[in-house]
Amino acid sequence: MTAQIVVKNLHKYFGKLEVLKGIDIEINKGEVICVIGPSGSGKSTFLRCLNRLEEPTDGEIVVDGETITAPGTDINKIRRHIGMVFQQFNLFPHLSAKQNIMMAPLELKIKNKKEAEEKALELLDRVGLSEKADVMPRQLSGGQQQRVAIARALAMEPDIMLFDEPTSALDPEMVGEVLAVMKELASMGMTMVVVTHEMGFARDAADRVIFMDEGIIMEEAVPEEMFTNPKNPRTSEFLNKVLTT
Amino acid sequence: MNLGKVYSEVGPLLIKGMGVAVQVTVIALAIALVLGMVAALMGLSKTPLRFITKAYVWLIRGTPMLVQVMYIYFAIPQLLQFMGYNVRLTAFDAALISLTLNAGAYMSEIFRGAINAVEKGQMEAARSLGLSQGQAMRKVILPQALRICLPSLVNQFIITLKDSSIISVIGFGEVIYQARIYVGRTMESFATYTWVALFYLVVITALTQISKVVERKVRI
Repeated sequence: MTAQIVVKNLHKYFGKLEVLKGIDIEINKGEVICVIGPSGSGKSTFLRCLNRLEEPTDGEIVVDGETITAPGTDINKIRRHIGMVFQQFNLFPHLSAKQNIMMAPLELKIKNKKEAEEKALELLDRVGLSEKADVMPRQLSGGQQQRVAIARALAMEPDIMLFDEPTSALDPEMVGEVLAVMKELASMGMTMVVVTHEMGFARDAADRVIFMDEGIIMEEAVPEEMFTNPKNPRTSEFLNKVLTT
Repeated sequence: MNLGKVYSEVGPLLIKGMGVAVQVTVIALAIALVLGMVAALMGLSKTPLRFITKAYVWLIRGTPMLVQVMYIYFAIPQLLQFMGYNVRLTAFDAALISLTLNAGAYMSEIFRGAINAVEKGQMEAARSLGLSQGQAMRKVILPQALRICLPSLVNQFIITLKDSSIISVIGFGEVIYQARIYVGRTMESFATYTWVALFYLVVITALTQISKVVERKVRI
């Protein structure tokens, strides 16, 4: 069986700055991958290349057998199957929680109004926010906003979910509620790529942990090994810093 | 100097003039809103179309309204006549065209600023769901941009209404034109222009109040 996501020799430049210096990885269906590493290591850029929010400079990305980096690819079609959750939530402030979730399926004519609304309410229930359906984003706490954002991504019924530091902008007491939703999602077999600083989540929920630094994958391992017996000195240096503080 | 007596004579003329000014301004603004939005979207696109917007804004911003009016009323018809076309514009046509072009250019800058002011993450979130650039613009960016630029738009409405007074120079029968004729006949400068100023104040105050209500209604 081939992997669901195959990344080959991915390079990304911002001007003259090389942010990704050749990333190779295969991610299987249902796998949960946590990407860790110091800031500036290129982990967010790597994630954003997977749905081409950043255009790769060089290399190849294959998702579900389709080369999404090929010229002429309809990236909008592919993005429907790849949900994304952002650090800053990016909920649409002019739409209620429910409308945020309904917008894309309606606009893309995947669901009619009734179906979209049913789905939205079901998803809000799943993230524990049934009673907030008609509330505007600015009236929600950070943790609630992020849970709505997850529900919004799930409304497109994606096969893959990308998380770009989903808890980094949250007050500490709200991190747990978001991670709980993500863990539930992981347990249901969703393919997930999570850029995170939450080592606890990586340890509990990841099938594989990837340590990135200076634009390359320095080390990849199952969580136990990564956290107890890292091979690369850069990995242990990084883990020492984040795990002791 | 008798305000009351002057009003009884000039009042009806000023009301008529204000009516004409409001009429041409409203039509011009309606067209300018569309023109400004199209120009703003062209200006933000990465296609060569953006140079058309740049040239348009540069031309309008770089010349006084008075010159634009003269140009449209006198200069362009002469040019067309020279080229063998016989085009005669009424003062109303010229007023409408110059106000529209002028307001459109400033509105395109207002829209451009407002679209740029919407957080970058909004476009990314919309695109990550599979929406095209155009769909994201329509459903996510523009609804927010329009709320952002509402105060500036109202400001532009007021400026355009006031600019319509410049068009008196081509004999367009708005408020100032009526006032000047009356003053020429009676020498009642103080009273007449006091009434003109009050007329503008009343109309613009009303407009400002309406806009406050609208702003409150669409606030997120």
